[in-house]
Amino acid sequence: MSQAAAIHGAVEPAESPVTPESWGKLGMWIFLAGDAVGFGTLLAGYGAMRATSADWPSPYDVLGINLTALMTFLLICSSVTMVKALEWLGKGDKGRAQNYLFYTALGGAIFVSLQAYEWSHLIHRGLHINGNPWGASLFGTSFFLVTGFHGLHVTAGVIYLLSILRVVARRPAPAASYNAVEIAGLYWHFVDLVWIMVFTFMYLL
Amino acid sequence: MASEHKHPNYMAIFWYLAILTVVEIAVIYLPLGKFTIGVLLCALALAKATMVAMYFMHLKFETRTLGLVAVTPLAIATLLIFVLLPDGFAVMKRTADVKAATTEPAKH
Repeated sequence: MSQAAAIHGAVEPAESPVTPESWGKLGMWIFLAGDAVGFGTLLAGYGAMRATSADWPSPYDVLGINLTALMTFLLICSSVTMVKALEWLGKGDKGRAQNYLFYTALGGAIFVSLQAYEWSHLIHRGLHINGNPWGASLFGTSFFLVTGFHGLHVTAGVIYLLSILRVVARRPAPAASYNAVEIAGLYWHFVDLVWIMVFTFMYLL
Repeated sequence: MASEHKHPNYMAIFWYLAILTVVEIAVIYLPLGKFTIGVLLCALALAKATMVAMYFMHLKFETRTLGLVAVTPLAIATLLIFVLLPDGFAVMKRTADVKAATTEPAKH
């Protein structure tokens, strides 16, 4: 960042649409845009397979939505604790910010645990990656692929948040880690956003 | 150093998101056509996603550059739908043909 900031400093600040602090933010947004295309492709592929299938099972009947509704609520809560962490860090309260970061990571960990529970429950009932008793075998394939891809993102997010928690703890000035926390927040909210889509398209529709 | 922008009322956004989730679940029990429910669910999901992006991801308070980066996947996703449509229709037509061919001899 320092090198980019040094180069940037030589240019008129007004010439650049982004401030030196937000190069990392721009980088994360570009990564997220690419990731969004990845998820978009998965969901579009899911839609195409489902629309052209003659015996696609009803997701509502097979998967159930009680547990996933709870998981959705949990991710929304963890998004709120994430913004609270950033807000407290901005106010200079490092301790509170660290607490909220920890709650966010904890929410993510519980989410992944619930997903593991849901998966094992469904596998036990016969939903496999290569077939299921209710109809089109691609139903199971796409279900495990899309929710698994998202679950992997949540797992990575928990690790990311815990490492950022260490960064906050190590840097004495709260302002020094503000940017890092904000960028981690972008990733975390994106994972929440994707789940909103997955929940709607794979469970409710 | 810290580019402190105004923090919106996060709790209000949280309640909006929670209420919209409840509405989403309520919608699937409404006595409406499958298509109407689908459109409603898509609209609700988009509303929730927009809220997360605008307020939690601060897109509302960012420069245009970040907004453009964020909108790019939406444009690509729209293209993707048009790329998939011909294939979808072709398969649907073939499925209908196969169904017609298998039911016809039964009548004779």
